[in-house]
Amino acid sequence: MAEVRFAGYGGQGIIRSGIIAGKAAAIYDNKYATMSQSFGPEARGGACSSQLVVSESKVLYPYVTDVDVLFAMSQEGYDKFEPGLSENGILLVDEDMVKHKSPRGNIKVYSIPATRFAEELGRKIVANVIMLGFFTAITEIVTYEGMKKALPGSVPEKALELNMTAFDRGFEYGKELLKKKNG
Amino acid sequence: MKADQRDVLTGVYYIDGDVASGYGALAAGCKFIAGYPITPSTEAAEAFARIAPKGGAMFIQMEDELASISAIVGAAWAGAKTMTITSGPGYSLMMETIGYGAMLETPFVLLNIQRGGPSTGVPTKTGQADMMQARWGSHGDYELIAIAPDSPQELFDHTIKAFNLAEKYRCPVMIMADECVGHMTEKVVIPRAEEIELEPRRWYTGPPDEYIPFKPDEDLVPKMVKAGSGHKLFISGRLHDERGYPVDNEHFELKYVRRLIDKIMCNKDKIIELKEEQLDDADVVVVSYGISSRVAVRGIEMAREKGIKVGNLRLITVWPFPDERITELAKKVKAFVVPEINYGQVVFDVARCCHGNANVVLVPHGGAGVHMPDDICDAILLGAKEERKIEKVIEFKTQLEKLVFKGGSKLKE
Repeated sequence: MAEVRFAGYGGQGIIRSGIIAGKAAAIYDNKYATMSQSFGPEARGGACSSQLVVSESKVLYPYVTDVDVLFAMSQEGYDKFEPGLSENGILLVDEDMVKHKSPRGNIKVYSIPATRFAEELGRKIVANVIMLGFFTAITEIVTYEGMKKALPGSVPEKALELNMTAFDRGFEYGKELLKKKNG
Repeated sequence: MKADQRDVLTGVYYIDGDVASGYGALAAGCKFIAGYPITPSTEAAEAFARIAPKGGAMFIQMEDELASISAIVGAAWAGAKTMTITSGPGYSLMMETIGYGAMLETPFVLLNIQRGGPSTGVPTKTGQADMMQARWGSHGDYELIAIAPDSPQELFDHTIKAFNLAEKYRCPVMIMADECVGHMTEKVVIPRAEEIELEPRRWYTGPPDEYIPFKPDEDLVPKMVKAGSGHKLFISGRLHDERGYPVDNEHFELKYVRRLIDKIMCNKDKIIELKEEQLDDADVVVVSYGISSRVAVRGIEMAREKGIKVGNLRLITVWPFPDERITELAKKVKAFVVPEINYGQVVFDVARCCHGNANVVLVPHGGAGVHMPDDICDAILLGAKEERKIEKVIEFKTQLEKLVFKGGSKLKE
């Protein structure tokens, strides 16, 4: 079982990121995936998050309890949800958006300039999909193939090609980073 | 009869429970939903409104909840399958007309995505504290049916089930879901139209002159016509005879109001759906419904790992209540454990049916969250350990309660 917390601010596609990853796991990777979004007054323009539990068997408890992966796209999101990250967890950050502290315990940190890459691709809005590509490469909670199948229908039709490119950009960056880290 | 192809969005989806219920309503042949937006139920109304034109159906946003439920009662008498969608304060506002619908034997479905209460409460978080309101909320004597789904898939399936029950027994049917399942996104499989069985309306087909609106069939449920179709039809909330004409003596009260109750209670065996697991040699049985029954499965697994013989009784229909089944089990088990997201509602029906033969442990939760499986496991251990007969419902102290009241400021001990 894997627990993922997606965190950012309203408008970055944080909820959408949870839906796309959950859809890939539940429909294309044949796992069980339960996604819940955090609602509340803080979700309006401020901190925004979604949580995803992926499992080989039916998800009984629907919320995250000891987060394996924190997917952080804003400082506020990181500050709020970092304490919930497991001591053996993985922290993924958009390095232009989040300044992180030195990690606790055995937490592994992986950074990507997702928003900058998105600007280079011409649309800042695809930063979350670049993060999703990066998330797929680093964590292997969802498969590359599953994610590529989950994107159509989850993003606007006319922006599908851009999103596919954005996803690959993040995925390749993640794979290279892993290669470097593992020597 | 089978579902209409135009109404069924066959496919595999990754959607939340609210949306699944909206899709389920259309698949069930619902042609009219009237509602007033309220968190956390709004997505169900939006989903139905988006797809309604595909099936020749209609959504109307009314001026408030009183108008919404009144509109669906009217639409049901005009011949449509109908539903309204609400939560929290909106549910309270609908109470009067639920009784009106029951008195007129009107088939309709009410989706309540329960949120934390009372009053405005916690609109964006979950609760299960409307369960008794569902049963007793409108004044007077009547019975209705309430079901409690635990996943988006069940919100699709149970919405169809609710429409079928409403048509079969001509009564309001409550889908008592909650924010957790309503806002939970999971895989939902929508089958092909020919795989969906629908209950048709109990139309009267005899000579128009001979139609008697409240004359029951053998199963105590009368036949219906469309208002305005040329039949003599007099319907009101007033106590009435078979013709629908007002009467006001104890003889008729017994004859007609009693039938509103009996048509549900005498058909209980056909209405009630339970999910039972490992009850045969159980020392403790967990009785739960909705999202709590899903979280409870994890607590049950944990208790079994500790060697406790614990069974699972999930109430898929909560009302009518399975009195006989609980009474029968009470003679064999040491205790029932009842987790619910309130401070004790359905637990008292479990206790009522025990007749002192088994202990009853309540695992309360105030809302805005769901139970931790550890708490349910510990409550099961408590039920298994207690050898004395305790002459009241035992209230289990959850980890959250211990944390909040660690200063010892709890009012009730």
